[in-house]
Amino acid sequence: MNKIGLIVGREYFTRVKKKSFLVTTILVPLVIIGFYAAIIAISIKGSDEKQKIAVIDEGNLFTNFNDSSQNNFSFRLIKNETEQSFTKKYKDQGFDGFLYVPAFEIDKPVGFVLHSKSSASLATTSAVEKIINKAVRDKRLQAQGLDPKAYEKIAADVDLVNTVDSKDGSKKSVAAVAYIVSFACGILIYMMMIVYGTQVMRGVTEEKTNRIAEVMVSSVKPFQLMVGKIIGIGAVGLTQFAIWIILMFMLQMAIPLIFPGIMEQVSQAGVASQQAGNSMAVTAIQGISSLPLAKIAFSFIFYFLGGYLTYASMFAAIGSVVSEDQQEAQQLVFPVLMPIILGFVIMTKAINDPNSNLAVFGSLFPLTSPIVMMGRITYDIPGWQLALSMLLLIGCFLFFTWLAAKIYRTGILMYGKKPSWKEMLKWAFARS
Amino acid sequence: MNILELANLKKYFATQKAVDDISFKIGEGGIFGLLGPNGAGKTTLLRMITGIFYPDSGEITLRGRKFDPLNDSIHIGYMPEERGLYKKMKIGEQALYLARLKGLSKQDAMASIKKWFEKLEMETWWNKKVEDLSKGMSQKLQFVTTVLHEPKLIILDEPFSGLDPVNANLIKDEIFGLAKNGSTVIFSTHRMEQVEEICDHIVLVNKGKKILDGTVQQVKQDFKENIYRLGAKVLPEQLMTHIFEVVKHHPDHLLLRLKDDTQPNELLKYFISQGVNIQSFNEVLPSLNDIFIKLVEGTAATRQFQQVQ
Repeated sequence: MNKIGLIVGREYFTRVKKKSFLVTTILVPLVIIGFYAAIIAISIKGSDEKQKIAVIDEGNLFTNFNDSSQNNFSFRLIKNETEQSFTKKYKDQGFDGFLYVPAFEIDKPVGFVLHSKSSASLATTSAVEKIINKAVRDKRLQAQGLDPKAYEKIAADVDLVNTVDSKDGSKKSVAAVAYIVSFACGILIYMMMIVYGTQVMRGVTEEKTNRIAEVMVSSVKPFQLMVGKIIGIGAVGLTQFAIWIILMFMLQMAIPLIFPGIMEQVSQAGVASQQAGNSMAVTAIQGISSLPLAKIAFSFIFYFLGGYLTYASMFAAIGSVVSEDQQEAQQLVFPVLMPIILGFVIMTKAINDPNSNLAVFGSLFPLTSPIVMMGRITYDIPGWQLALSMLLLIGCFLFFTWLAAKIYRTGILMYGKKPSWKEMLKWAFARS
Repeated sequence: MNILELANLKKYFATQKAVDDISFKIGEGGIFGLLGPNGAGKTTLLRMITGIFYPDSGEITLRGRKFDPLNDSIHIGYMPEERGLYKKMKIGEQALYLARLKGLSKQDAMASIKKWFEKLEMETWWNKKVEDLSKGMSQKLQFVTTVLHEPKLIILDEPFSGLDPVNANLIKDEIFGLAKNGSTVIFSTHRMEQVEEICDHIVLVNKGKKILDGTVQQVKQDFKENIYRLGAKVLPEQLMTHIFEVVKHHPDHLLLRLKDDTQPNELLKYFISQGVNIQSFNEVLPSLNDIFIKLVEGTAATRQFQQVQ
């Protein structure tokens, strides 16, 4: 046991002390924060440049444009031009584009064309579609003898609030937040299993090709060497999580101190769009508080460890049978990656439909359960499913470690040709 | 007492009888040579003695008790033929790590590392990485890590390959020193001149079987062919006799093979009676190299693969 401790220590500290570990661990959250900061900055600032769009109205759709100049678009009616003649001129007159409205029947509004210098952005087309739709609607209302202004007053726009009644009281639920949390947890486990599993594989191959394995195996059991490496690298993963969480909190607290301006701008929520953004933040916080955070955190750590340990032993076995050739490793890794990718695919389905048969199967089957279960975790999962899934995962981890250890023990001292799957299975089930 | 006894050791692989019923004993202290051509089964044998492989059958007894790979690893130091160290690890940390894996406490390990690093002039290496070392330097380091825990049984697989004569001598002296202090050294090689110089006792294996076992002197006596070297100028007509035959005739010396029932004195008497002026006379013992070649020759140079049931 003491020897495993030494091996864990070496695997852990050689990785944690490396510069690249510090760089990735600190840079990744910085990049994420920077990304968010950029998004916030852009959304606050908005686009200064107004798009000027001319309108040639042969269908007499628009009466005036005084009230239809929206945020970033200004429209101007052009008279005495045709589509062909104006196509050559609009650029010189300082327009970004022009809308051609042909003569059309009010029941069949077709044939609208937006000319532009370069292909129009989604925002532009939707803004133009919006004003056309509104104008067509107004025309139709008038044709029915209704006042468009009166219609605006009676039209309804309802927000639905979903309240989850759990034992500790009612909380506002926000489906989108639950969705995002589930997805983030699933994808994080997926990435971590692959990243750290591959590290285990590389470490084992390195020991084998450096021929240090033979020296080590004369001091410790191959099983100790393998388990020590897996635990050490897993601990690196947990450390990375811990650092990220701490950094996130620190940065969140530091941002208002470093950039007091940003928060002021956000709180000066005079403009309608910013109001919307603000209330979104409020709902997000409400949504998060409605989630069973302790359960999520516990499950996350459990499934990360369970999934990582199951796959790491398989990656170690593969690392032990290949020699220098990375190509060989790629071939052997593929069958191991398959269930991980399958788990990811099932997870994306399970988030939308957490109680479907596929989702239940995926969250019980131990090779996919770490990812799929995290996709369902924000929803109410029957207790027996969670318990069974965890038990199966532990069983699977023990079985694969036992199996992988036998392949590893033989593989790590073999040189030369890559063994076939058949040979590896023979080693795995050979006695002694 | 014998430090190590092997009894009917067998290890078969799918296509090789790597070790096929080998038994021998190694006494405490001294330097023991395990010889054999490439692929004779030396490395497999050593791996069983170090506990890396389990034998299919047979018994290993270490210091009078059944060999227990886990707990006996502290008594064994093994330097494999293919050197292996963590390339990216600092040398000092690496030595400490390997010593502690053998079961040494941190203080003991540090003291031992300090002693050995001073002895082999490696003090400045502590913070260097293995990848910065030349082949010979890493060889030296590998040797040090093998003996740090002062093992009773030291197993060296080709310890001198890649070393220049100065460093080879340095290591050789250390090996003698270790043997003098009571450690037993098992030394595997196919370089016979080193064996003759260093080893007390040898075992020769070929094709998984032991074909020779004894002290270097004994083996040479066993394989001697009654050949004598006579330093003298001899005329061809003076060689007309039946008590010996001429192996080689050089201008200033002769190699002669005596007939089985003849004594060296009779030969000297004969030459004295011929009036030959003798300057030197001595028996020529075969070199281990000759014995090795004689024993191994004729068997296929490389082992063929065979099906093992």
